[in-house]
Amino acid sequence: MSEEKPKRMAIIAGKGGLDEAYPPLILGSTASALDFEVAIFFTFYGLDIVNKKKLKKLKVAPLANPAMPGIGPIQIPNFIGGLPGMTFMATKMMKSWMNNAGVATIPDLLEACILGDVQLIACQMTMDVMGIKREDLIDELEVGGAATFLEFAKDADITMYM
Amino acid sequence: MTEYTEVLDTSGLSCPLPILKSKKALKAMNIGDILKIISTDAGSEKDIASWCRVTGQELMNSDKEDGKYIYFVKRLK
Repeated sequence: MSEEKPKRMAIIAGKGGLDEAYPPLILGSTASALDFEVAIFFTFYGLDIVNKKKLKKLKVAPLANPAMPGIGPIQIPNFIGGLPGMTFMATKMMKSWMNNAGVATIPDLLEACILGDVQLIACQMTMDVMGIKREDLIDELEVGGAATFLEFAKDADITMYM
Repeated sequence: MTEYTEVLDTSGLSCPLPILKSKKALKAMNIGDILKIISTDAGSEKDIASWCRVTGQELMNSDKEDGKYIYFVKRLK
């Protein structure tokens, strides 16, 4: 099997919520453990996942999120989710579930991706649009554009937008 | 009783950590060595088997003891 061409997975990470950062990093790190070649292209809010100052502070917003559980049997009305402090509460709640279930943190999963040689690409165009500098992002990634991603993705067995 | 070279306890950890840690542990071992993996993650039952199939390692044996899942994986390559 070692002579076979490795499987390849290309992921676009376009969202920066705490719950939205998990899928690309879990699949990316696991695919590398399955000997896949993996690239993740971070664009728009997905850039927060690889932003040195933000990656430990990703949040989950309860507003307009009907899947958000209430407190015990009491479902919290959606508009309450828009009140100050509710995003903080929802984020705290999700982090505590994750911790209790023994799920890795975002920084841990990012580290696993880096150790697994997952290629991390930051989108140059969205960095320019959003005023993000190279030094704001972690050192291990490269900056590239749509063509950089597509050159890798053209031979991918799995491609996903998340 | 299956003989093994090293043991990795991933108790309390959820997907994907048991796989990531198993991969790391197996990579540090020699071909022919056997890794015993302990997990409390119910998802590991399918995941360890998938990981072995995809990466060409041998899942020699799996077992359930006191709510823990035990796997013996032989490094083939």
